Amino acid sequence: MALAKRIIPCLDCDHGRVVKGVKFVDIRDAGDPVEVAKRYCDAGADEITFLDISASHEGRATTIHTVQAIAGQVFIPLTVGGGIRSLEDIRSMLNAGADKVAINTAAVENPEFVRAAAQRFGSQCIVVSVDAKQVSAQGEPLKWEIFTHGGRNPTSLDAIEWIARMVAYGAGEILLTSMDRDGTKTGFDLALNKTASNAVQVPIIASGGVGTLQHLVDGILEGEADAVLAASIFHFQEFTIGQAKTYMAERGIEVRVT
Amino acid sequence: MNKIAVIDYGMGNLHSVAKAVEYVGRELSEDIDVVVTADAAKIAAADRVIFPGVGAIRDCMAEINRLNVGQIVADAMKSKPVLAICVGMQALMTRSEENDGVDCLDFMPGDVRYFGSDLRDESGGRLKVPHMGWNQVKQTGSHPLWRDVPDNSRFYFVHSYYVQTENQELVTGVTNYGAEIVAALADDNIFATQFHPEKSQTAGLTLLRNFLQWDGTT
Repeated sequence: MALAKRIIPCLDCDHGRVVKGVKFVDIRDAGDPVEVAKRYCDAGADEITFLDISASHEGRATTIHTVQAIAGQVFIPLTVGGGIRSLEDIRSMLNAGADKVAINTAAVENPEFVRAAAQRFGSQCIVVSVDAKQVSAQGEPLKWEIFTHGGRNPTSLDAIEWIARMVAYGAGEILLTSMDRDGTKTGFDLALNKTASNAVQVPIIASGGVGTLQHLVDGILEGEADAVLAASIFHFQEFTIGQAKTYMAERGIEVRVT
Repeated sequence: MNKIAVIDYGMGNLHSVAKAVEYVGRELSEDIDVVVTADAAKIAAADRVIFPGVGAIRDCMAEINRLNVGQIVADAMKSKPVLAICVGMQALMTRSEENDGVDCLDFMPGDVRYFGSDLRDESGGRLKVPHMGWNQVKQTGSHPLWRDVPDNSRFYFVHSYYVQTENQELVTGVTNYGAEIVAALADDNIFATQFHPEKSQTAGLTLLRNFLQWDGTT
């Protein structure tokens, strides 16, 4: 009897529609986040992460309705990220039915925001989302830096120090994305994950680079992640969540079988 | 009409609970009325009461005391089925060591303790705190709320503090995280869970469905 490692599919949404393509063959509307989230939940996803990439105010208003609709039908934890910049944003998302919010750029711009958010709403619902890129050259000790705005803007913040600081400020969980690996399907940055996981007491969600089921296993066993996040391998039905769990269980990882 | 009151004392997200209850009510084709409220009269008029809670215990207890929620819960406990969830369960205990020590409602005997900063599993592996995710719940007693819930089902937990009670007769479910800890307590018409049934998919919805049909007897 032990805590299960979690598998978390991630939906990127713009103006209430799933983008980055979801290709379920037998789904009525692959762009409908409610339908997609429900599908993943039924398939055994342990949580859903919903990232709002809308740039506009109207897009965000749509997101609140989408979160409400998902929360009325999906009874597993739901994390909402993208554009969370104020306590009011957090309140809106929690009231809409989100269980956690993921804060990224706003934390870098104002780290005290994370402290205020954790104090007001509790650490259990504050996820700090971190985009890290390796900056050490070959042969040098490994070093990663935080980037914002989808990896475009460097911050000169050391990723591991930053994660420790965010946990000290009250982050209950870290969503750690390797910008080097994101979209490459070459696997997680295991050294990054392991270093982060050993630096803090809160759970780490590994993200960025999943292309095979073995990558999920490596993220847990070598990267020492507590949860693994993936998008495209599930969206394009390369693998089902059930297959992922069976594969992980066969390699000795505790998973929730549904 | 099955009236369910979810006690709202301003601490966090109660919508998940309300939505899950509405969902199982629809599945049962029952005429369900779910209110999220701190109004004593509305709670007194309900058939069943849910006492949820998230966040830090000091803030929760401050709001519970300010809004006189303790009396409301005490009244409900006299006469109808009550389901306490997570910090709601912790608030029922005698005392919590969170926030340098906070007196709780003392409706059930027991203390709320920190997992510690160096929690280990049986083989010495490091365990993260909070205890976050899906863990198995072993049913240590039979109870109407466990009906159709397979033993050792996984439920969703998220907490850094856990309940400890000397009265083992109250314990109806346990889980293992560093040690065996309380997952659920039951005492007459009160059922309390450390996990979140409203976030625990099939197992959690089954438990909520049982609660909607429970008459408070065991």
